[in-house]
Amino acid sequence: MDFDVIYILWLRQMKRYLRSRSRVLGAIGQPILFLLALGYGLGSVYKRAGQGNYIEFLVPGIIVQTLLFSGVFWGIQILFDKRFGYLKEMLVAPVSRTKVLLGNAIGGATISLFQAVMIFIISAALGFRPHNWALVPVAFIIAVVLSVTLTSFGAGIASMVEDFQGFQGINNFLIFPLFFLSSALYPLTNVPTWLRILSEINPLSYTVDALRYTLINQSHFGLGTDLLVIAAALIASMAFAVNRFNRIQV
Amino acid sequence: MKSNLVIEARDVVKTFGEIRAVDGISFEVKAGEIFAFLGPNGAGKSTTISMLTTMLRPTAGKLMLNRHDVTKEQASARKSFGIVFQDPALEEELSAYENMVIHAVLYRVPKKEQLPRIQTLLELVDLWGRKDSMVKTYSGGMRRRLEIARGLLHHPKILFLDEPTLGLDTQTRNLLWDYVQKLRDTEGMTIFFTTHYLDEAEEVADRIAIIDHGKIVATGTTKQLAKQTGTKTLEEAYLELTGRTVRDETSMSNNGLNVRTAARNRRLS
Ligand SMILES: Nc1ncnc2c1ncn2[C@@H]1O[C@H](COP(=O)(O)OP(=O)(O)OP(=O)(O)O)[C@@H](O)[C@H]1O
Ligand SMILES: [Mg+2]
Repeated sequence: MDFDVIYILWLRQMKRYLRSRSRVLGAIGQPILFLLALGYGLGSVYKRAGQGNYIEFLVPGIIVQTLLFSGVFWGIQILFDKRFGYLKEMLVAPVSRTKVLLGNAIGGATISLFQAVMIFIISAALGFRPHNWALVPVAFIIAVVLSVTLTSFGAGIASMVEDFQGFQGINNFLIFPLFFLSSALYPLTNVPTWLRILSEINPLSYTVDALRYTLINQSHFGLGTDLLVIAAALIASMAFAVNRFNRIQV
Repeated sequence: MKSNLVIEARDVVKTFGEIRAVDGISFEVKAGEIFAFLGPNGAGKSTTISMLTTMLRPTAGKLMLNRHDVTKEQASARKSFGIVFQDPALEEELSAYENMVIHAVLYRVPKKEQLPRIQTLLELVDLWGRKDSMVKTYSGGMRRRLEIARGLLHHPKILFLDEPTLGLDTQTRNLLWDYVQKLRDTEGMTIFFTTHYLDEAEEVADRIAIIDHGKIVATGTTKQLAKQTGTKTLEEAYLELTGRTVRDETSMSNNGLNVRTAARNRRLS
């Protein structure tokens, strides 16, 4: 299976990541800002509306946010490699492109997972307590699947666009709506119908829901439905990435 | 199809929009040959190499590498060659040594040979003492030497060198060509290279092809090219064949002028 090839490409991503401290800190700044500003800013309104503790409700959504932004954004790495030539070195190697993609995507997934875990720890320091610690490993596995789904998606997008502006465009038109039109920031029980429908066709909502189920024992769709959608999204995203990556011309 | 041919191109075309970067070229390279691909800037040399090495899909024509169809059997074709790109392709955030290790694994150098070979090559290009420095701290020439060392690491059947000696000092250039000739003699490696230093081509190439405006205008040994053009040296033959004007500004034919101007406008816009 050429584990050595996948390993060495993963190791390259790790070394790059750990050597640049600004990237480590920069990537978790945004979700922390969301957690603090929304959690404390809207917390009292949320409570007054009779919905309970907003920070608690928000943490699973912020974890998904971390995975979404760092995962898809990691696709930029592929663009950098295209721009600075290293992609050629990987693409003409006598190994299948699927393995090259896999090594890189697993590297990206590890990085975004690492960031999600840091967010979880910071949330715990702010007083967040999972409802049942026994389910935390399940939540972790869901996060692993989501991170692979999203880095694959990011790699697929990066294979299609030529430059950073193109990537940024996709980011604005796809990733932000995907995030804001999911159940990450608000419960789906009291929203207008159009918003509920948009959120319900958004696969990201199901991951948020699954994390909410495992971490705070709240669920909108039910865990069974969540897991089905999560698995389907993983398969679709990997198929998309493999298809695009195999067609890159440099 | 003769069995000792390792590179075959038949009527290969590559267009970018209206630019015909490669315009119907055909050539063959035999196993163990050192083959020079010469031509002015923008003639289509790198585009040809990109197609041969599965990075670009030809618009038309057929390319065979080690008897594998490059467009249909990409994976098998990739097992046959190594390449030093014209443009830099290093991982700048890692050290030279780490770059070499990744290449060794990616390009399947047998485990036992990895470390000794890395040391030999880094010593050859005089980078062993700086092996743990990040590549981003290297000078231009040091980077080029590292790319060369990396390209020689896995002893492929066919080695593509796209202007390998660009920016290198004379000592390193001599070292490179000595090493490459040794690889050819001991391992029967085939070398396909481009250069703008005609003395280099004259000295090391068994055969030369000259490409201009995407078309091959002559193929043969230095002697044959000189004879064909009624000149004495490769340089004279080259100038006779490709004209004496500077490329990209003016061109011999009207047609050429239009194409070049279009290419330039495209790049400027
Ligand atoms: N990706 C691309 N898009 C558009 N035009 C391209 C592209 N790549 C190459 N070209 C054009 O194809 C022509 C041939 O380029 P190529 O890089 O093959 O030249 P070359 O012979 O390697 O020149 P040099 O000696 O300068 O390296 C040029 O006119 C160039 O502008
Ligand atoms: Mg070139």
